[in-house]
Amino acid sequence: MQFNVKFFASLAERTGLTDITLDAHQLTTVADVWDRATDHQSRPANTLCSINLVHARFEDHVHDGDEIAFFPPVTGG
Amino acid sequence: MAVRLSGVVFDPWQELSQQAANLPKGKHGACASFVGTMRDFNLGDTVQSMTLEHYPEMTQHFLDNTVAAACTRWDLIDCLIVHRYGDIRPGDAIVLIAAWSPHRAEAFDACHFLIEELKARAPFWKKETTDHSTRWVHDSTAD
Repeated sequence: MQFNVKFFASLAERTGLTDITLDAHQLTTVADVWDRATDHQSRPANTLCSINLVHARFEDHVHDGDEIAFFPPVTGG
Repeated sequence: MAVRLSGVVFDPWQELSQQAANLPKGKHGACASFVGTMRDFNLGDTVQSMTLEHYPEMTQHFLDNTVAAACTRWDLIDCLIVHRYGDIRPGDAIVLIAAWSPHRAEAFDACHFLIEELKARAPFWKKETTDHSTRWVHDSTAD
């Protein structure tokens, strides 16, 4: 399975990751993708995520080819 | 209906005027608008500048869907959202929201819905430079 994984804002600085391609098997949920992409770095409690440009939850299932993003609470407007 | 993300300074009043000029005459009785502008202060500090990071594809997707949801919920003639990203200076417009409808209640309600949804869920992040440091803004939902 292959995933495009993105990190934004303070989470990009914290993890040292911005945009990576993750080749991995046995990943079921968004939380699994975080753990594998960050090598099990701790995840801030207020971290948000999306699957294919739509807000998601960490327990949501992922599929081959998905774009997964992780970001802190938003502050636009 | 239009959603535009701008990497350069924009004039919200000119944007509003241009959008209104293209509307059919006599169909809308009300326009409600909101303009958000960058302040030069926050949390007791003087803010010199700000960088607004965003997730371009998701931002466009989210705002397009939010405008579509507003059009389903209220009788709207038109909607406009313009939002800055990149380097911003105090006094620059950050966001323009406008809703045109036959009656004022729908225009007000739609405009309020659009800005609240944007502030709560659109993937933008502010990083401000003060006299002392550069820091991420953690919560702007009450601004």
